[in-house]
Amino acid sequence: MSIKGKAYIAGIYEHPTRHAPDKSTAQLHAEVAKGAIEDAGLTSADIDGYFCAGDAPGGAWPMVDYLGLKVRHIDSTETGGSSYIIHIGHAAEAIAAGNFEAAYGATTHNAYGMCAMRHMHDYGTTSEQLAWIKVAASHHAQYNPHAMLKEVVTVEDVVNSPMISDPLHRMDCCVVTDGGGALIVTTPEIAKSLKKPLVRLIGHGEAMKGPRGGKDLDLTYSAGVWSGPRAFEEAGVTPKDIKYASIYDSFTITVLMQLEDLGFCKKGEGGKFVSDGNLISGVGKLPFNTDGGGLCSNHPVNRGGMTKIIEAVRQLRGEAHPKVQVPNCDLALVHGTGGLLGVRHAASTAVLERV
Amino acid sequence: MTEAKTQEKKYPAPQGNPETQAFWDAAKQGKFLIKRCTACGEAHYFPRSICPFCFSDKTVWEESAGEGEIYTFSLMRKSATGPYAIGYVKLKEGPAVQTNFVDCDLSALKIGQKVRVVFKPTDGAPLPFFTPVG
Repeated sequence: MSIKGKAYIAGIYEHPTRHAPDKSTAQLHAEVAKGAIEDAGLTSADIDGYFCAGDAPGGAWPMVDYLGLKVRHIDSTETGGSSYIIHIGHAAEAIAAGNFEAAYGATTHNAYGMCAMRHMHDYGTTSEQLAWIKVAASHHAQYNPHAMLKEVVTVEDVVNSPMISDPLHRMDCCVVTDGGGALIVTTPEIAKSLKKPLVRLIGHGEAMKGPRGGKDLDLTYSAGVWSGPRAFEEAGVTPKDIKYASIYDSFTITVLMQLEDLGFCKKGEGGKFVSDGNLISGVGKLPFNTDGGGLCSNHPVNRGGMTKIIEAVRQLRGEAHPKVQVPNCDLALVHGTGGLLGVRHAASTAVLERV
Repeated sequence: MTEAKTQEKKYPAPQGNPETQAFWDAAKQGKFLIKRCTACGEAHYFPRSICPFCFSDKTVWEESAGEGEIYTFSLMRKSATGPYAIGYVKLKEGPAVQTNFVDCDLSALKIGQKVRVVFKPTDGAPLPFFTPVG
């Protein structure tokens, strides 16, 4: 069963907060659910499915009760920050199977340092090249009023920031925030009856990777080498067709390895690919994370998958900040890695299209 | 950076289970065990009763030489208990082992460096870590 074109993302909402000591976690989940339902032009009575990950207090059913929803499909798949990209795939499968019509889903550095260290050893990747990823994110974040870090930084700023876990500097790391987001995934018919630009899911893949008994250990690639091709094949597109990419950015090395694994460049050439502003909207060939991403804007509860989907939908709707909006953006990719890149992790890739 | 010596610290006792009890019993004797599948011949770590490569239950304990080389590592410059480094060691027998590096100048660690196992005491069974040779 293919999910191609069978599910649309009709509502999105990103919580503006980055620090919420005065709110409960369930309250944040409820606020983002309300925001996404209202963005779609629906009401809570229209919702018949609920998706959440391990950050939802108690899991799916206590939250369904808290929210007062009447649902016939729940999913609490937990794969860290990639959970939410897996959820939209599962929601699309359930919609394609006729299970429901509209659903809501809400939302460490040694292990990454080890990958970066080996990548540098095997491919000659440098700290300056990794720094370009943060530089690009900061160029985008300056236009996001909600971004935690709005200051534009240079390669020198990044490589001169304190070393945290070799070879990653402080500015190679994402921000730590509160907040969150939510999505409404629905059928084509309902999406077309609403007032938002039509954004549909046309390809999805998920995969996981671990040391698997320690045989032939290779930490220079991620599970994206499997989830990416699955999503591209189902969508019938190639990396060259992608106009905007939301790429999981827990650390700069995460972005670099995933870009290689997804086929945006050859394995080992990620350092060259990200250099000289190639990820900056309006400057480079592959605009990425135009909200500033996890490196500068938001990484709620150490999980960045939700905000990745939301920014891709903004780009496809033409609702990104004018300074970073990709012209005629009709095809976008969202990719996430949850868990620990250097230990066990789960990857998920989604290809989204504006109809 | 300046030299980052590992500090002696109190390690928590490992929580064994029936599947790994033989590993911790051997550790008390200073032996580092891995598992090998007699069906497909592959060695693996951490030890499982079912082979992760061929799903055979014909896995047996084997004493590792406890020697290998550093595949990768990352040095955490600051923590509540001082700097520490974790990484993976590729054992002579093949499997890679995630570990802490101890009893050394952490700032001098290198990929490819030869290391050997060293056990650190706890209130229960000792924990296996690795240290550079020579």
